[in-house]
Amino acid sequence: MPAAAERRPSRLQRVFGDTPTAWLWVTPAVVIILGLSLVPMAWALLLSFQKSDFVTPSTWIGLDNYSRLADDPTFAAAVRHTLIYTAAFVPLSIGGGLAIALALNRRIRFVGFYRTLVVVPYIMSATAQAVLFSFMFDSQFGVANALLDQVGIARQGFLQDPGQALWVIVLIGLWSGMGFCVIIYLAALQDIPRELVEAASIDGARRRGILLHVVLPALRPVTVFLFVWQTFQSLQLFDLVFVTTRGGPLQSTTVVVLYVWQQAFEFFNAGYGAAAAYVLAFGLLVVALVWGIYQRRREARVA
Amino acid sequence: MRRPSPWHLVLFPMALVFALPLLWLVVSSFMTNAQINRFPPTIIPDSLHLDGYRYVFRTGEFARWFLNSTIVATVTVVSNLVFCSFAGYAFARMRFRGSRVLLALMLATLVIPFQLTMIPTFLLMKHLGLIDTLGALILPSLVTPFGVFLLRQFFVSIPREIEEAAWIDGCSRLAILLKVVLPLARPALATVAVLTLLVVWNDLTWPLIAINSDTNYTVQLGLATYQGAHRTEWSAVMAGNLLVTLPIVLAFLFAQRTFIRSLTSTAVKG
Repeated sequence: MPAAAERRPSRLQRVFGDTPTAWLWVTPAVVIILGLSLVPMAWALLLSFQKSDFVTPSTWIGLDNYSRLADDPTFAAAVRHTLIYTAAFVPLSIGGGLAIALALNRRIRFVGFYRTLVVVPYIMSATAQAVLFSFMFDSQFGVANALLDQVGIARQGFLQDPGQALWVIVLIGLWSGMGFCVIIYLAALQDIPRELVEAASIDGARRRGILLHVVLPALRPVTVFLFVWQTFQSLQLFDLVFVTTRGGPLQSTTVVVLYVWQQAFEFFNAGYGAAAAYVLAFGLLVVALVWGIYQRRREARVA
Repeated sequence: MRRPSPWHLVLFPMALVFALPLLWLVVSSFMTNAQINRFPPTIIPDSLHLDGYRYVFRTGEFARWFLNSTIVATVTVVSNLVFCSFAGYAFARMRFRGSRVLLALMLATLVIPFQLTMIPTFLLMKHLGLIDTLGALILPSLVTPFGVFLLRQFFVSIPREIEEAAWIDGCSRLAILLKVVLPLARPALATVAVLTLLVVWNDLTWPLIAINSDTNYTVQLGLATYQGAHRTEWSAVMAGNLLVTLPIVLAFLFAQRTFIRSLTSTAVKG
């Protein structure tokens, strides 16, 4: 018998396939991942129908939490702030990221250095960003007001001003979040076949024509991905707000996740917080579904 | 000599916008409070000092928080490499009942937002007696669905013939994984390690919920709390901020290619 035949699957393997080994190998991952996502997800749903303060036994109150949420002006404001942040952050980070990536996508000196500088803020934690910008935009000691003084413009409240705080947070978000769009676009630009651009330029297309009719269409799938990804990030905004303003001043920067956190872990309304989290999850689900439909249509077109 | 490209006129100011806050972080951490509190505020200091660093080491437990973050990051990175490799390989190469359903379920968990699960996860950790221990930070990050999926995709792309040769030579499944597949998978493993490190080191939300006593803080939680408690000691706060940020930035600078590949992998596979 040739040596190869000896290593044919044993009888156990022939009956069960790789089942015993495979189960051994996937079990830790499956138990931890599903146990810490599906179980809490179902648990949160149950909680959202209950009045619970973590300590005393919870009582079943049906849809009360949801109907209270619908009438809660603070929650409405949190949703509004989240949507404003998203509406500003998503297009600006993608547009800015695309512009920077297009500028960086050439073989000149220091391009690697420029790219590094753009990406470092993204690597930094949101906490570190928030602490740094809290200092820079400190109304008393901050460098932002010092610069305004120099050019003779009145000092601003920035994070202490209810009319400005959310926009300062958008600015911090852009400073760090743009870097992600830049690297994704740079990678995608490098994937565009050189022949495609060359063919277009031989056909006499001008630079603007190439950009509009060759480059941008080739980037569309990546743009859609970034749109979904950045929307997810902004709807889940928390760390930046928590460290800079904690939702203030005058609740002008309370966002949905901060609201969930406050309800659950500051006021101990676990059920109410879970209901608010489900509203957020529903919003995210809508975004994910749009993405899924787009992917399916694209695959159908390719196939 | 070639003339420098005119694009530098655009790129240099652009890069400056990203660099200046970082520069300010470094400079202000070496200023005294007197320099910072001066009116009008200093923009370019005339002298540099270590007062901030002295103050931050006297009043904050940054060394302790560093240790905690390092423990959590090390354990979760190693465990992700181990568990994601095994699970990813099983999903890629082994035929077993339920594998498709399980993989689909794992993928579906990628879109479950953390905010939805955080309240019950807190309750779960409370039942397990892990609240206010590093265990509460480690357990949920031991293995991540994205890591499993990423490695599975990589293993699927390895030509089967390589493994079949080892199989014919009499290697067991385990030996094939350890000696043949994983050495080939180094780039993918590095990606999993980097993404895990970034997420775990930079996280604030979960430590904020799971940890109460300051001896168990991570660097991010420590920094956020420290800033809240020392609002007027800006140079010390910036010194602390720099200490927290430097390791991850240094790691990025040393392994830039790996980091960038890791970040772009979220888009390609997503």
